[in-house]
Amino acid sequence: MREIAMAVVVNGEKHELTVPPHETLIECLRERLGLLGVKKSCDVQVCGACTVLLDDRPVSACTVLAFEARGRSVRTIEGLARGDDLHPVQEAFVEHGALQCGFCTPGMIMATVALINENPRPTADEVKHYMRGNICRCTGYKRILEAILDASRRMSGATAPNVS
Amino acid sequence: MSADRLTVVGRSVPRLDARDKVTGAARYVSDLVLPGMAHAKIWRSPVPHARILRAHTERAAAAPGVLAVCAAADLPVKRLYFGPAYRDQPILAHEVIRYAGEPVVAVIAETEAQAAAALRLVDVSYEELPAATNAEQALAAAAPLLHPEIERAGHFRDLSGLRPIPGTNVCQHYQLERGDFARSLAEADLVVEGAYHYPALSHHALEAHCAVARVDGDGVTVWAGTQHPFPVRKDLAEVFDLPFAAVQVVVPLIGGAFGGKCYTKIEPLTAALAAKVRRPVRLALSLEESARTLTRHAVSVRIKTAVKRDGTLLARECEVVLDTGAYADIGPRVSTKAGYRAPGPYRIPTLRIDAKCVYTNNVPAGAYRGYGVPQVTWAGESQMDVIAERLGLDPLALRLKNLLKRGEEYVAGDTPIDGDLAEGLEQTARAVGWSTPLARGRGRGLTCAMKDGGGTHSTSCALVRINADGSVVVLAGSVEAGQGIRTALAQIAAETLGVPFETVVVAPPDTSITPYDWGTSASRSTTIMGLAVQAAAKDAREQLLVLAAKLLETEPATLTIRAGAVTHGDRTMTVAEVISGHYGLVGGEVTGVGSFVSGKSPGSLGGATVFWESGMGAAEIDVDRETGEIALLKYISAADVGQAINPRECAAQDEGAAMQGIGPALFETRVNDGGQLLNPGLIDYRVPTFADLPPLLETVLIENADGPGPFGAKGVGESGTFCVAPAIGNALAQATGVRLTELPMTPERVWRALRHAAKTERPT
Repeated sequence: MREIAMAVVVNGEKHELTVPPHETLIECLRERLGLLGVKKSCDVQVCGACTVLLDDRPVSACTVLAFEARGRSVRTIEGLARGDDLHPVQEAFVEHGALQCGFCTPGMIMATVALINENPRPTADEVKHYMRGNICRCTGYKRILEAILDASRRMSGATAPNVS
Repeated sequence: MSADRLTVVGRSVPRLDARDKVTGAARYVSDLVLPGMAHAKIWRSPVPHARILRAHTERAAAAPGVLAVCAAADLPVKRLYFGPAYRDQPILAHEVIRYAGEPVVAVIAETEAQAAAALRLVDVSYEELPAATNAEQALAAAAPLLHPEIERAGHFRDLSGLRPIPGTNVCQHYQLERGDFARSLAEADLVVEGAYHYPALSHHALEAHCAVARVDGDGVTVWAGTQHPFPVRKDLAEVFDLPFAAVQVVVPLIGGAFGGKCYTKIEPLTAALAAKVRRPVRLALSLEESARTLTRHAVSVRIKTAVKRDGTLLARECEVVLDTGAYADIGPRVSTKAGYRAPGPYRIPTLRIDAKCVYTNNVPAGAYRGYGVPQVTWAGESQMDVIAERLGLDPLALRLKNLLKRGEEYVAGDTPIDGDLAEGLEQTARAVGWSTPLARGRGRGLTCAMKDGGGTHSTSCALVRINADGSVVVLAGSVEAGQGIRTALAQIAAETLGVPFETVVVAPPDTSITPYDWGTSASRSTTIMGLAVQAAAKDAREQLLVLAAKLLETEPATLTIRAGAVTHGDRTMTVAEVISGHYGLVGGEVTGVGSFVSGKSPGSLGGATVFWESGMGAAEIDVDRETGEIALLKYISAADVGQAINPRECAAQDEGAAMQGIGPALFETRVNDGGQLLNPGLIDYRVPTFADLPPLLETVLIENADGPGPFGAKGVGESGTFCVAPAIGNALAQATGVRLTELPMTPERVWRALRHAAKTERPT
């Protein structure tokens, strides 16, 4: 089987990899690069646990092939905090208690980052609609919704203080 | 200690695991990698009942990377069968296959992909047998007998009195009778009877079952996503004929459980495969395979209630039939508890209860958040509203009239009721606006339920170690499955010791290091492990004060510890200074030991109920008459927590439970076609998503510090699931006059019922 040589930027760091064509992005991230925060659950793009950002767009790493990331940029949960400083979305999840077992949390947070990137001040209904592909079995979503709305307030406050 | 003097308990401190979980640093069983680790995959039976003729493993064994291919006879074990109630479940199917999806052959290879590829080369020849794929079929006279003989496991004291019916598929028959049923019927002004059905469900914790095993000269070590490390240790010890000391079960964080990871599952197989290839082996199931490992029981309930015109309940008869699948797992206990809990939290002089746990050729059924309560509550609480309607009473008033009061006995000899059920129900009713006018077309429903909490004959032990630098390690066998137990135990330890919360860590369970614990289930850990940790912390505190008294040349009784400092008059020493002062260096430690053993009881369960876990729910819905779709607008859930150790996490547990209850109320069900599970995965098995979050979801915590746990706490976490379906069903009946007896209340079912009602009312 012909392997594919590729360069990919993961969490700001450039990697030169050679991958078989059938290798999935989640296998590449978890097993090749040791990014175990990317969680495997349904494996069929339903639950959102493996959500990562591919050029800032959310994708399910279980159903994207690794070579599709060739020449592109991937961001995982490990690439969100700056040193000891948590990303505002991470902070909001901690403060609102928006997690329990935590298995959905990395995907949930990455989807939230994508949402706020696309729509800096979503309404509750917009959040519910955007996030319906991220399943949480523990929390009942209420605190996640509160965390997302709070994070969007904080982030727009920090980056665009004039927007009410 | 009164609540106003608490400094750590009662506060919503951040979870100890929050930072790791939001940064991706949290490590679960499925993240574990051991040097030299091989990977296993399972060939599962395509048919529900068959005699195995031969497993053809030669082609798979020759495939690239394959280390071994094992059928039951190839496993290097001393005992093939295991189980918490009966030793009825083989590690791999032996001679007979009893359900579609049962593990028959395992392949071990260098990589997961190689194991999966080799699996396609396995073939098993078998002769199909007649199958019983629901409880009704399995109870029929001509039904195939799944287990002609069953052997008790001897795991749990409360299961020593199990009563299977020989020569049938009934592996537990629970009965409770009191009063004179015929007389109650004669005295009644109204007798209502109904049959209700609750479907089988999949747990779908997002992390599927996973285990990693290593077998070497020292014994067996298994890292597993289990809620019961110590019972798993016992099963492994029996499988390999080893002393407990040679079996180590370690539980890292687990990605959700909900009962699906109770008791032993894939651990014996993983360990046997590791022994076979003499290398560490990882077995990670897919979500679909987890759905073929355990389900929630499908339950049929026939319930009959005799009542006076004023609403006084006189008698209740409950016939409960549970489909426990091919292997008993903990089904016999679920059945006992379903029967025990079926009458509901009411004062009912006459009871006639009969619960049967029935083997079928389905996936084994076992624990799932509330052990039978959601199923029997669907029946009993639906019927309470039927009674209210027939008598022209307010459903709230009917319940308040009959609810047990604090101090009353539910069943003679068991612990009296330890909470104020009426207060909970009234608060729930207020929160949903029970007495306010309802918009046209809408409906409201109210429900109340209760279970004996904490598990019967339940034991926990704990150690609290104060290190020489003043930091504290709590060793407790409670598993962190997301419920926040490590945080709660750290709060209990910090409060009891008088040290800052930030200085306490709770180590993950490891049966070779952590003291014994019965298991993480039955909402028991905060109360029972909490008491063990509190006792251990008190022990450590007393020892510390003895050391401090020597250093300060006084008596221990004159000393106080607050915020990590020991104070005597105007002299103060830190905890670290006391320990290093005693040992003369930054070494040594103080170790406190604690345990809790729940009591016996002459009551029906044999063990005294530790606490009563009560839950109330109220729903407000709108119904689309054209499509039959129910829109859940408001859901209020109340939980009596005694004293919240961490109020935010208590409420979060209850919200999550309520949301989990919305699934089977409205759309969730396993589709079983002749023993074939048609919707094993999340594509076609729908669980609640963000879109199902009602506009208002609110939890009411009842706190009267009246629990037996530390600082007056009671367990929480299951009760939120009890009430959702009947609350919505009762709201549907109020809104439309239509009552469903089978779940889920899908648009199709509602639409058909509406159409049927319209035809009945206006015959053409």
